[in-house]
Amino acid sequence: MATKAEVLDFIRIYADKMAEHRQELTDLDQAIGDGDHGINMSRGFKAVMEKLPAVENKSIDEILKTVGMTLISTVGGASGPLYGTAFMKAGMSTKEKEELSNEDVILAFDEAVGGIQFRGKAVRGEKTILDSMIPAIDAIKASIKEGKTMAEALVEAEKAAWNGVEYTKTIIATKGRASYLGERSIGHQDPGATSMAYAFQAANEVAQKAGK
Amino acid sequence: MKKFINDVENVENEMLEGIVLAHPEYVKRLEGFDVLVRADKKVGKVALVSGGGSGHEPAHGGYVGKGMLDAAVAGSIFTSPTPDQVFEAIKAVDAGKGVLLVIKNYTGDIMNFEMAAELAEAEGIKVANVVTNDDVAVEDSLYTTGRRGVAGTVFVHKIAGAIAEAGASLEEVKAVAEKVIANVRTMGVALKPCTVPAAGKPGFELSEDEMELGIGIHGEPGTERKPIQTADVIVDYLMERILKDMNPQSGDEVAVMINGSGATPPMELYILNRRVHQILADKGVKIFKTFVGDYMTSIDMAGASITLLKLDGELKDLLMAKADTIGFKME
Repeated sequence: MATKAEVLDFIRIYADKMAEHRQELTDLDQAIGDGDHGINMSRGFKAVMEKLPAVENKSIDEILKTVGMTLISTVGGASGPLYGTAFMKAGMSTKEKEELSNEDVILAFDEAVGGIQFRGKAVRGEKTILDSMIPAIDAIKASIKEGKTMAEALVEAEKAAWNGVEYTKTIIATKGRASYLGERSIGHQDPGATSMAYAFQAANEVAQKAGK
Repeated sequence: MKKFINDVENVENEMLEGIVLAHPEYVKRLEGFDVLVRADKKVGKVALVSGGGSGHEPAHGGYVGKGMLDAAVAGSIFTSPTPDQVFEAIKAVDAGKGVLLVIKNYTGDIMNFEMAAELAEAEGIKVANVVTNDDVAVEDSLYTTGRRGVAGTVFVHKIAGAIAEAGASLEEVKAVAEKVIANVRTMGVALKPCTVPAAGKPGFELSEDEMELGIGIHGEPGTERKPIQTADVIVDYLMERILKDMNPQSGDEVAVMINGSGATPPMELYILNRRVHQILADKGVKIFKTFVGDYMTSIDMAGASITLLKLDGELKDLLMAKADTIGFKME
């Protein structure tokens, strides 16, 4: 489960990570894209942090939707619509909830990934965000099904996300600007999959702090 | 990094301020947005909206004006503008006859412009779009996102803008834009990379004796890296790929654009142009009109692209129709 305080904590920690890893994400993008992923993500989450105080006391869905709208209107590129849509869809799935059960958390992740797939018209294996996101969500589902706690599930999710990031080094990009490189994209780590893995790292850190 | 800037976070904004101060007779800024619209009032015609990341000046704000665009939306450098910005542009220029969005084929641009179109349609504005994809350096197949939209986009602005100015319907404007897209091909080359101010260092590295063939307009690595050659050999390489894709016949007529990437002297562009004309003359392809200059730049990249547009009677008339913008004039 997740409380509103934990959702807020997740957003703050993720925003910190986007600032902290700005250069790393930009460097990864310079190798196979247009070299601005870290710049754009950190700009977007800086704007999120400015908007957050105004909605802290509102419901979880309001908070997530505000994050989504802010990302859509500040990030630009492909990441803005993709991450923005993910937060918007996750928000819409948590309507009128003050606290999220494990099922609610899974539903929110499913809605988020569905939103990204709709907007980006991509599937797993195309060297995108989805290559770390889908395995991470699958790991959560499998762990919860085995009766593990959300904290245990998120440990597995983060592991799966980073494995997904490693996997992106082995495949050809067929979506986004990296696709222009064709086979030359092999060997490079996908910046979008990496920024998404940090989201699961952030979620894992929140869960370990809460100890559940 | 050595640049005339004050603050990397404010480059786009200060540039837009400078453009409006320089050319108030052409453009004004939508207050609170990174959108340039025509200085004169919107007229009862189909409106054209384009845009993309900044760093390609004079594209796209430089093409706002009579006979071309009604609005240009400027994103951060090399980053698509966001849907809210594009939506404001659409609302500002819609004159009841519909709005055509001219989008360059990049994943981000398409997503952001599509989201804006959805917002506009929800408000009852008729919106259509075309996607430019003239770069033959990138293979168009099921396995890529398709070819990139590069300098040939300027011809779409010019020709679709001309027919819109003449009072055509949204469907007609879109059809002509698509005709241009079907007949325009480009390929570029870089000698030196560009530096995005916020990144602070070049987007890729090239040694003194190397060139990147098939370079994109965002400094994306191209398709092949080779030792530098003479201008004629470089043109031969680029033209071979363009002509193979376009396959013009003897007697066909084309417009030629030799586009500079931002840090290429006109002198070198003219040397490239010379060879392009020789090659086309050998093939019996007639050159109807030539454009040489910086039309779609990549900040401070040293490089150039060659664009050919195959023309018919309609496209010739529209290409020569009157246009008056900061970056493109036709008397």
